Amino acid sequence: MATLQGRTGEWEMVIGLEVHAQIVSNAKLFSGASTAFGAEPNSQVSLVDAAMPGMLPVINGYCVEQAVRTGLGLKAEINLVSVFDRKNYFYPDLPQGYQISQYSRPIVGKGKLLIDLPDGAVKEIGITRLHMEQDAGKSLHDQHPTKSYVDLNRSGVALMEIVSEPDLRGPEEATAYVTKLRSILRYLGTCDGNMDQGSLRCDVNLSVRRPGEPFGTRCEIKNVNSIRFIRQAIEYEARRQIEILEDGGTIDQETRLFDASRGETRSMRSKEEAHDYRYFPDPDLLPLELDQSWVDEIKATLPELPDEKKRRFVEDYGVPVYDAGVLVADRETADFFEVVARGRDGRLASNWVIGDLFGLLNKSGLAITESPITAEKLGGLLDLIADNTISGRIAKEVFEAMWETGKSAGDIVEEKGLRQITDTGAIETAIDEVLARESAKVEEYRSGKDKLFGFFVGQVMKATGGKANPKLVNEVLRKKLG
Amino acid sequence: MSMDKATVARIATLARIKVPEEELEHLAGELGQILGWVEQLGEVDTADVEPMTGVGGVSLPWRKDEVTDGGYPERILSNAPGAEAGFFTVAKVVE
Repeated sequence: MATLQGRTGEWEMVIGLEVHAQIVSNAKLFSGASTAFGAEPNSQVSLVDAAMPGMLPVINGYCVEQAVRTGLGLKAEINLVSVFDRKNYFYPDLPQGYQISQYSRPIVGKGKLLIDLPDGAVKEIGITRLHMEQDAGKSLHDQHPTKSYVDLNRSGVALMEIVSEPDLRGPEEATAYVTKLRSILRYLGTCDGNMDQGSLRCDVNLSVRRPGEPFGTRCEIKNVNSIRFIRQAIEYEARRQIEILEDGGTIDQETRLFDASRGETRSMRSKEEAHDYRYFPDPDLLPLELDQSWVDEIKATLPELPDEKKRRFVEDYGVPVYDAGVLVADRETADFFEVVARGRDGRLASNWVIGDLFGLLNKSGLAITESPITAEKLGGLLDLIADNTISGRIAKEVFEAMWETGKSAGDIVEEKGLRQITDTGAIETAIDEVLARESAKVEEYRSGKDKLFGFFVGQVMKATGGKANPKLVNEVLRKKLG
Repeated sequence: MSMDKATVARIATLARIKVPEEELEHLAGELGQILGWVEQLGEVDTADVEPMTGVGGVSLPWRKDEVTDGGYPERILSNAPGAEAGFFTVAKVVE
């Protein structure tokens, strides 16, 4: 259990996360305006999104399907009847004066998510609920000395709010949760998970307590929009609360803002008085009713998700558990690996993808989908190792040439004459030459200096430009020195 | 149901409606009467009745995921009290 040491003893963090995930769709949740990111301001706004009088919301069926798909991916209950409510508050980027959301009857109920911890353990985190709601517009505060600018392009885009149980116990678990949730959303294709563009945003609820005691008073931290900031915000906020409690104070339940430039949280007093949302069912929208058969159809089309894929990689390809976790984090990486591994040595394929390929991709800042070496070509390289055309050491050289030129492994081996020497005659000749040249060392070896064997191997490999089959060299050399 | 002045003042603040102090008493009486009137519905026993959301057997209509609207920022901004560079402008609101 991760605990924090204070001046007066140990403290435990209790954390629950609310993740806002933008649904991948062409049109908004209740209007026909586009959801594309980065358009000219207010160019993707319908009269519904601008809340002009008399406009009525009409739900986008695909957004409902995406929410159900996400719920199924989180092994959650799907509620066949759910209700849209109005959450009332005033803010310049919310033209309706209320957000259409779901309060007492969300579309998705209890589910679960498994997180992988650094020590290899797996922990189950409860999902409380998932509900659908509208996103707000965007305010820009730095464009003018006395005014804020408002762009409503984001207003009305469909969001899923995914709420976790307070099951997380520290920054490692919280970041593992968000990483895993993002991975699942991307596999499902229901949210692109892009935190830079705000497609995935996170609010952190945190309290501290003495281990084993009941929950303390929590604070909600808004605006935590990267994995790194989640870690920073949690570390800062836990320390802040512990200091107050150890000084004999009490925690005020409040909303706080994470200030990324200072790495600290601060109180958002203004939000407090507005915290009376007066939820009530939206009279413009009838209850959302789903058929079980429709839900079952969606379930039948779910892709293989990271946990199942990981298990399969371990069982079918013999990949170590940790490596399997790395491979399945992105669907693209998993697909790439599987093309390389199919019909080949899975563990070797995994080593090449995670080791050599990731190394060069990271160095050049490329995604796996942009790799100059395709999965098929990397597979071709593995085939040449498997059939003894080249040794593992030469393979590294071929791999680098493949990266530079984009050519196939076979072509590079032919062009550069890297084919492994497996002809015993040629190897014998090379060995004879080395032994004749190094006759003094041969004497030393025969008089008991066994360590020199490695020296002879090295000389033979050098003489053959590294192309001699190392296993054959060993055999023949042992016989000749015998 | 009776309504006090403090509650009326709070509701007015939440709804951003300016109500002068001297009108609070009067409004509290009126709102209390309206609530009392609606409360009469509570006399009917609805313990085993599903909530009714309509009388026509109509269900929520669904729309296809197609872009059919937008692309007219000038119309969106045409009634705005303030607009610059395609944005609405408002008094600075920053945390």
